[in-house]
Amino acid sequence: MFVSLLVLRNAFRHKLRTTLTIVGIVVAVAAFGMLRTLIDAWYAGANASSSARLVTRSSVSLVFSLPLSYAQKIRQVEGVEGVGWANWFGGVYVNERNFFAQFAISQSYLDLYPEFVLPDAQRRAFMADRQGAIAGRKLADKFGWKVGDQIPLRGTIYPGTWTFNLRGIYDGSDEGTDTSTFFFHFDYLNETIKRQYPGRGDQTGVFIESLRNADDAAGVSAAIDTTFKNSLAETLTETEKAFQLGFVSMSEAILLAIQAVSYVVIVIIMAVMANTMAMTARERYGEYATFKALGFSNGFVAMLIFAESLGIALLGGALGVLATFPLAETFAQTIGSILTGFKVSGETVVTQMLAALTIGIVAAAVPAWRAARVRIVDGLRAIG
Amino acid sequence: MSPEAALAHGAEGGALPDDADSAKTPLVSIRNLSKYYVRGDQVIPVLVDIDLDVGAGEYIALMGPSGSGKSTLLNLVAGIDKPSSGEIRVAGVDIARLSDADLALWRASHVGFIFQFYNLMPVLTAYGNVELPLLLTTLSRAERRARVDMALALVGLSDRADHKPNELSGGQQQRVAIARALIADPTLIVADEPTGDLDRTTAEEILGLLERLNDDLGKTIIMVTHDPKAAEKAHRLVHLEKGVLVE
Repeated sequence: MFVSLLVLRNAFRHKLRTTLTIVGIVVAVAAFGMLRTLIDAWYAGANASSSARLVTRSSVSLVFSLPLSYAQKIRQVEGVEGVGWANWFGGVYVNERNFFAQFAISQSYLDLYPEFVLPDAQRRAFMADRQGAIAGRKLADKFGWKVGDQIPLRGTIYPGTWTFNLRGIYDGSDEGTDTSTFFFHFDYLNETIKRQYPGRGDQTGVFIESLRNADDAAGVSAAIDTTFKNSLAETLTETEKAFQLGFVSMSEAILLAIQAVSYVVIVIIMAVMANTMAMTARERYGEYATFKALGFSNGFVAMLIFAESLGIALLGGALGVLATFPLAETFAQTIGSILTGFKVSGETVVTQMLAALTIGIVAAAVPAWRAARVRIVDGLRAIG
Repeated sequence: MSPEAALAHGAEGGALPDDADSAKTPLVSIRNLSKYYVRGDQVIPVLVDIDLDVGAGEYIALMGPSGSGKSTLLNLVAGIDKPSSGEIRVAGVDIARLSDADLALWRASHVGFIFQFYNLMPVLTAYGNVELPLLLTTLSRAERRARVDMALALVGLSDRADHKPNELSGGQQQRVAIARALIADPTLIVADEPTGDLDRTTAEEILGLLERLNDDLGKTIIMVTHDPKAAEKAHRLVHLEKGVLVE
């Protein structure tokens, strides 16, 4: 009780200094949390993807298409349960800032993704309309789309203005499911391309396979790739998770930089806090010497400094954590669907509080050690 | 019971030797005490071969010019500094041989400190400052409260218990320091220039209070002072010059 009171009163002896230190910690911990959340969001797609689905693409590069005729051969590979395909569209909605993912998908595609929850009536309407499309809830909410709306997209890979009838809005079966993608019929895209550019028809970007047994992923992947060995378009098959991580690894350097910056922010505030605690302890050497003269131990003096440092750091940390949530929400709204799943995780909150704890401990270590070692007579000389 | 009587008989800390013993055995016994500092290859003597006895209930004043070693001698007797050689026995304990941790415990129960600049904790009230030494005892909260109330009454500051040091005058702060010095009923009270920062009238009040501690409570007091008027109040004057005792 006495110690808590003493620590609390000591902590706010220099109100401005302590307030500025706390503000610094709030900013640092919130920034740390935002950067961690950014990294999490980057991996969110990969984490949400399934290991029981395979993705087959061109072994040369994702930009090269595969013939649609491969679907039949893939279906015959032992262990494959279902096959679908999807093709990146890359259209622009109103202007370039409204980026979101758009895929032309096969009829069987939605059967492979049970996590996309679409009411039966909407699904039937989508299947019945050649120009039909479905959008994820997050995407529809962002642009205020309703079922029945017409969505125009300006093609960048496939020129022209493409108009789609929104026939359904799907939800995710769990929180991790991405609901910011736009799907329409591959047949609509394919027929139009065949008409306009006959040589580019009957090609797709990727095939997706569902497996009878997820444990067979490696064997089935190898079997699919062997099937197309020495063909004009050799394939590379991997789990959906590995496929997504492949995208993440393209930006690994950026992720590493973000990770480094997040730790640098903590190290900087640690130095600032250490300086504050060093100043504080130096100013109070006389008081610490008096405590010791009265019979209090070196450990008691060190404990006073640690408790004050931890109190300030944890208060700043807690406020920083609280500030992260509205910041993340605002950031998520600003970036739209560029990064899906931009949410502060429980793990991030724990990491933030651990960072604050580390700041408090490290900042107090040297001042506490010095104060504990200061000779009483030297400390008393500091008064007067 | 008066505050003086209560504090004199409610001790948890150091007990005085009984009257018969105190006549024969000094409370403080210093033999061949030397203290020197080493600066590079230079040895600077501060105290040289000091022998001194202080009886229980005695009130002595240590005087001497600046740099004569009087504060160093006081610090050594109070156990906040260690001698280079020699022996310091206080109530039979050779404090020069105690470890830092044991010395801290010994100080808590045997020494009351009065400093020139009061050395009060600025964030604590007068009550909190006086209570500090009792936090190292096993007294209950109610017992501590009773003793602090008595000590504040003794120094005439009952109505200032909730005031912080910056809300008190210099004389009042020194009275709080005196209450803190005697709260644990120490064997010995050491005072380093207790009136050095006070005007004459206030200094007289403080000296009067020290006299009462000595006369009424029988406290042994060792006081360092430059002030001849303060020294006059002591039973005995001890002069130091260049680290040597000149009684």
